Formats: sequence, C-alpha cells, structure tokens
Amino acid sequence: MSSKSDITLHINGHDHAIRVEPRRTLADAIREECGQTGTHIGCEHGVCGACTVIVDSAPVRSCLMFAVQAAGKAIRTVEGLADGEAMHPMQRAFMDHHGLQCGFCTPGFLMLAVSVLEREPDIGDDDLVDVLSSNLCRCTGYQNIIKAVRAAAAEMRRK
Amino acid sequence: MSDAGQNGGKPTYVGRSMPRKEDGPLLRGRGRFAADINFPDQLHMRVVRSTFAHGRIVTVDIDAALALPGVRAAWRFADVADIEPIGFRLTGLTALEPYRQTILARDRVRYVGDPVAVVFADDPYLAEDAAEHVAVEIDELPAVLHAGAAPGEFAEGLSSEPTIIRKGYGDVEAAFRDAHAIVSLSLDIGRHSGVALETRGAIARYDAANDMLEMHGAAKVPHWNRDQIARMLGRPRTRVNLFEGHVGGGFGIRGELYPEDVLVCLAALRLGRPVKWIEDRRENLIAANHSRQQTHHVRAAIDRDGHILAIDDEFFHDQGGYMRTHAATVPDLAAAMLPGPYRVPAYRAAGHIRLTNKTPGGTYRAPGRYESTFVRERLIDAVAARVGVDPVEIRRRNLIDRSEMPVARKLETLGTDVVLDSGDYAGLLQKALDGIGWPALQAELARRRQAGERVGAGIGMFVEKSGLGPFDDVRITVDGKGGVEVVTGAASVGQGVETVIAQICADTLGVDYARIDVIHGQTDRIDRGLGAFASRVTVMTGEATRLAATKLRGKALAAAAELMQMPADKLDIVGGEIVPANGAAGPSVGLAEVAGAGLAAEASFESAHMNYPYGVHIAVACIAEDTGRVTIERYLVAYDVGKAVNPMLVEGQIVGGLAQGIGGALYEEFCYDDRGEPLSVTFADYLMPTAREVPRVEVIISEDAPSPLNPMGLKGAGEGGTNAVGAAIAAAIDDALGMPGAITRLPVYPQQIRALVKRKNAETSENV
Repeated sequence: MSSKSDITLHINGHDHAIRVEPRRTLADAIREECGQTGTHIGCEHGVCGACTVIVDSAPVRSCLMFAVQAAGKAIRTVEGLADGEAMHPMQRAFMDHHGLQCGFCTPGFLMLAVSVLEREPDIGDDDLVDVLSSNLCRCTGYQNIIKAVRAAAAEMRRK
Repeated sequence: MSDAGQNGGKPTYVGRSMPRKEDGPLLRGRGRFAADINFPDQLHMRVVRSTFAHGRIVTVDIDAALALPGVRAAWRFADVADIEPIGFRLTGLTALEPYRQTILARDRVRYVGDPVAVVFADDPYLAEDAAEHVAVEIDELPAVLHAGAAPGEFAEGLSSEPTIIRKGYGDVEAAFRDAHAIVSLSLDIGRHSGVALETRGAIARYDAANDMLEMHGAAKVPHWNRDQIARMLGRPRTRVNLFEGHVGGGFGIRGELYPEDVLVCLAALRLGRPVKWIEDRRENLIAANHSRQQTHHVRAAIDRDGHILAIDDEFFHDQGGYMRTHAATVPDLAAAMLPGPYRVPAYRAAGHIRLTNKTPGGTYRAPGRYESTFVRERLIDAVAARVGVDPVEIRRRNLIDRSEMPVARKLETLGTDVVLDSGDYAGLLQKALDGIGWPALQAELARRRQAGERVGAGIGMFVEKSGLGPFDDVRITVDGKGGVEVVTGAASVGQGVETVIAQICADTLGVDYARIDVIHGQTDRIDRGLGAFASRVTVMTGEATRLAATKLRGKALAAAAELMQMPADKLDIVGGEIVPANGAAGPSVGLAEVAGAGLAAEASFESAHMNYPYGVHIAVACIAEDTGRVTIERYLVAYDVGKAVNPMLVEGQIVGGLAQGIGGALYEEFCYDDRGEPLSVTFADYLMPTAREVPRVEVIISEDAPSPLNPMGLKGAGEGGTNAVGAAIAAAIDDALGMPGAITRLPVYPQQIRALVKRKNAETSENV
C-alpha cells in the first residue's frame, strides 16, 4: 500500500475532490469515490468495454486507467448523456431498437458509440461495426445495438 | 415502435412490441446492480481459492493476513464446519448428496478455484492484499480430467461416478436386431457457460433491531435461496430476506446458491457489520458454474427408407468438482429431450454423471438440449447420408405429425412427464425453408462451390420446453390514485419481465400500461415464488397475472355496479375508467375512485406439465481455406412460441440466445492443462462473439401451436435461439466441406477446419 494523493476528477461538468491511492483505477474512483455507479466494471482487464467513459473526447476503458492519470481531464459518463429528462438520441435509439436487455454493458456501448460518432459523424457502416466489436454484450446478439447506433448516427447528423 | 393496439375501441397491449418498462433507468446509468449496493461500515470479503485441481489440504495459515491493519477476520473450514453443504434445488438424487460442496473446502480441494479461506477487511483492495497473505499448503493429488475414462475415487469409498441417469421405453434390443442398418456416432460438446457481463455479487447485513438478515444481489431464485440460507444458518425463514436488484445477465448460472452467498450472510451475522463480496472476472471464469461438457456414443436403428426404429445413447457428463444446486438436472434433461421432434419407437439413454477436477457444472441456457440437439441432429444427418436422401427429406420422414399431438414421450424430467402438448413440426420446417428460399439457396451454393468456394447450409430442428410449474402466485393492488402494482414471485435477469407482465395485466384489467409497476425478486413482498428459470416466467407468472387481474376486475366491476346503478356485466374497464360496456353512452367512474383505500386480488396458477415450443435453425457457412475461419453468412431461426406477448422481446431473446450458441459452436471453451490448471481465465482466452461474429439473423416467430395448458396459449421464448446452433453450424460446415459427418466436436476450431480441408483436398486429388 502506498500513500494517497489528492486529485480532482471533472465528471460531467462537476468537480470531485477525492483522495486515492496511486493504484486506484479510474473505474473504481468514478464509482466509489465519486458515487457515479452508471459506469460498470465487467472484466477489469480491458476486454469487455463495460467501463468505457469519454476522457477528453476519446473513449477510454476506465479499468485500464488510473484515477490519478485522469486528474484535471474532462470525463463524461453515462449519467451525463441526457439533458435533464430529455434523453440523448443514442439513449432513445437504444430504447426504440431494443438495444439492451440486462443493461449491464449498455453504458459502455453508449459512451463508445457517442464518442465515435462525435469524432466521425460520417463513419462508414463497416467501420462502425468494427468499432462496436470492441465491446462485449452477452444478451442482445448485437444486431439491435448496431441498428440503434445507425439510427442515432442519422439523428445526430441531422442536428 | 408500436403504441397500444385497438380492440373495439379498447386499447390492447398483448401481442405488440411495447417499449420496455425496464429501459429508462438502465439507459440513464441509474441501474442498481450488485456492485452498486453499499451500506455504511461495510466489510469486504475476498475468497482465497485453491491453486491446485486436486489435493489434500495440509495447512491454511491465516495469521499473516489477520496481522494486517484493517483486516477484521479470516476463516478456514474449521470456522464454518457447522454449516451443512449446499443442497439441491432440482433433480436432487440421494446418491448425489455426498458430492455436495461445503462453503469452504473441508479436507480436499477439487478444482482450481475451490474456496479454501475467506478474509474480511475494511477496503476491497486491502481484502485482496490480505488474501495474498493466507498461506495454503496442499499435497497435490492426480487430477481426473476426462469424464469418459474409467471412474476413480471421489473420496474414500465414493466413486467418481455417483449414478447413471437411465431413461427409455420400447424394445431397443429388438429394434437394433431387426434394423436394416445401424448408424453410430461418437460426439463431444465442449465446456462453456453463460458468462454474464456482470460478475456475481452478494451483500449481506444483519438488522439486529428487527432480528432480520438481508442479502442483496440475489437473482433467479430468491425465495428458494432464502429458505436454504435460513436453514443452513439455523434461522426461521421469516427472519431472512433476499432482494434482487438489476441483474447483469443470468443464463442459468447467475443466482444459484453458491458458497459465497452463504459466507457473506454468515459473516454479517457473526461480525455485526454489513459484508460485501463482488466477484472478479478471473473468479467468475473458474468459480461460477460451467456447463455443457459431454461425450455421447449414440446409435440409430433405421429401416431401408431412413425411418428411425430406435435410438440408443450412452453419454458421459463432465460435472466438475462437486454436485451443485442443479444436481442431475443437465444430464437428466439431455436424456429426456434427446428424441426431439421425431418419431422414435424405442429409446434408451444412459447418462454417466462423472465428477472431475474442474469447475463444478450447472445449467446454461437450453441445458441438456444444446448438447442433445447437437447429438440427435448429427445422427439424423448421418442417417440421411447413409440412406442417400437430403437433410430436409430425412427430417420430413421422421417428424411427428401434428395429427398425433399430444404425444406422451414415456419419459420424465424435472418431476414432470414429457408430453409434447402441441406442434406442427413439418409446418414450421416448411416456413423456415420458404423463409430462407431453400431451393434457390441450394442452387446458389452449388454454383459457388463449383467456382471453388467452400460454402454450405445446415439444418437443426428441435423441441424446447418451457413453463415449468408447479405454481406461481401474483397479487395485484390498485391504489387510490389508480396506480397498479403487480407483485410476483418471479425474477428478472434482464429478459423484460416487467414489460411482459405489465402487458398482460393492462389488457386483462383494462388499465394503461404506463400505470403498472411490476415487482419481482423481493422475498419480503410475497411469501413464495419460484423465480426465473426453464423459460417459465411468461407462462407461469403471466397466467397467474391474468388470473389475478381477472379477479380484480370482477371486484372493481362489482363495486362500480353499486355506485353506477348498472349491472356489472354491462360494465367494462377501459384505460382505468369503469364505463358502460361496448362504448355505450353513460356515466363512468375511475378505478382509483372504486379502489379507495385499496383494491386487491391474488391468484395462483398451477401446472403439472411443461409445454413444448419448437424450432428450426438454418445456417449458411463459408470456410476460408487458408485460415480455417468459419463465417456465418446467413442464419434463420423459425420458432413457435404459441403466443408472443411482445414480439420485439421474443426476437431479442432469439437473437441473443443465438449469439451464445455461436459462441459454443465456434469460439468458447474452458480449457485445462494436464494438471487441471484452467487456461481460460480472462476474456482474452475465453472468446465470446462480438458484433463482428454474429450475423444478421432472420427470425420467424410463429404462433401455429398455442399451448393447450394455459388460456393464452403461451410458451417460453428464452432458449430456442440457443438450442440448435451447434447442430446447424456443424451441418453447414459438413456441407461446405462436402464431408458428411466431418464435425463431431464443438466448438469447431480453425485448426480443425484446416486439417479437414487438407484431408478433403488429398482425397480429391487421389480420386482424380
């Protein structure tokens, strides 16, 4: 065990002043120290992508980043997607296309898809499937996730 | 997305793809999964697990762990010796009892991952550090890793084969003696499992003021687990409550009673602080139930035209280190369901349950059927090849005709007689063939093979089972504001229970879908409940909901009749308003008003038999000769569910189940080295399908054969997407290779495909 550091995490526009060990993962810090439990931990070795958050506009597996590395950066989690009661187009599309069942992998897919479409609004279909194949879902068989992301992409381009 | 439909001006919900009630909180990050639950002053539990597959425990030294600041307790077997082993929930044969698992290993460890000790600390990172300080000395014993080898010794005087499951009927010997031909196969199904994205978790706390023990993180079968925990800890069951939050995937393995659940409860009682345990992924892959692994030696006796005269199957079920809650369920189902949709005049199955030094097994989506469908459909394809007819024709010759329904199989499983309640198997086969355009597909595949491509199609047919009883209770209450609460003993593992139950309640009662709340998985809300397994919830809880809503409706109409001075049979409930029936003019009164301080009704639905949905899978596979990669180009599932309450959810179940079936057919396997060391302990070794591997699926939901066992005709939809995937893909690969019967083992690896291609090319050049 080692001494703790004082850091500030900027999550969805709010500052969280926390004290963590250097080994504390960003995922754990977001969930435990900052109380934002919408980010889920599925494997803790960077394969499943359930813990995907957006750090400085890039999708990041928060189980593979230490909290201290994210200090001062702009972090977005699933809790910050909706605008009050109005859901983000990606959230609505997942609902409309039955893109979730148990919902455990969903926050990771939402953040991955939002971040990719913000960077590449005109991403081709094949590339989109490639990107989505970086996260795991065990319930849906992916087809409805792909449909939802395509629909949200069209909606996001319109805006 | 469809809104409510109309029935003579009255909105209807059943049969429509209503958006799910579950989605809002899950999409906003407001779910409440096990790891999201915290209590003040909680301790964190970490399990110390065996690193040997088999061995005698010499010492377990916890002193160094206890010496760490912040570590509050550590236990070995001696500390929990008073707790009996975990019991059987289903198919619990007496012969299996000595093979049950204690909550910590007693004197031997029997698989890598077997819990040997636990530590409790103020912080989860610290608990993990402390577990590293527990010194475990084990004398290694030879590991038994093959269920098919001669049985060995589980413990002194106990064979590693506790029993053989025997089922059958008819004169099998005579059929084989008189057969025109006998077709024999040896087939293997690999070890894989549900592997939900959420790992297991359990959080217990003891409320001393009310003498109440609570466990959060329950799933699947909270009431049964409550009763067991109460019994094991010597408490009245009224002094234990289990609570299900959101569950990140079930698939059969999550929610069964495991050692860790009992350990957190015991610790909360003994240590006087809440205790939280969240499994990590490595633990999940070596400690939660595995499934599937079987070896079958199967024979069919056939006549000249390929009609089946008898099937004889001997199989070996690789159970792993202990008998867990499912006891003999998986091999029992494999044996009972193997005959599938075919006429089988005589049948015999002998399933050897074998203990091995691997992770213990339990059920996984379509348990016993993924296995036996692979075996039966391989056998049927082999019969087709023997007789020289195509895979469609051989099936048509052997399918049970709808005029024969119902068919008593003279087999029993899960305490019920297997009676196929309804079905038009040939009709569904035709729908599937039409759906995929079979003749055109065959022509196209022939053309492509001619051009040098290795492509082929395969068919798998199957009968599923669903709606296991014996009962389900539902209580519905309307409050003074018109809100409706449906309290069930069901459980939700993410499949959409709230949505489906609300749809049924909305239609029956005549209220708005949005006004209905559905409660599940809370033992303090309803006295008994059987939970979610065996594709039972829509059938059993659904019908109990219909019955309770019917009763409630009667009560509401009777009360309103007095208020409105009209006979109750001239009244109806539409959108929560009690109005004159058939749109007649007149006064109306709100359900809320009638409910006043509360209006409630309860009902139970009892069923002694399961019902039997059925399906057809068609796979089109293309093989890359250089890499051995199998690409699924097309996949069609036709499935008859009797009545689809929510077609969108049924389709979701089918496609999701199919993805898991593809995993077991091509990618997923728990491998071990020759000392029993597990080799599949991360998601980099245990490969699950991604968006790249799952094809677009063509789904035909059919409602030709409503179940006669419940008025709505419901059958379960949870397992039909998984059942025949191994069978269909194996057949498609055979066809692509032009080598009937080439695939005898799942999963099919690229190395194996490459070897087969090489063999085929050698054969072809010899024949030139």
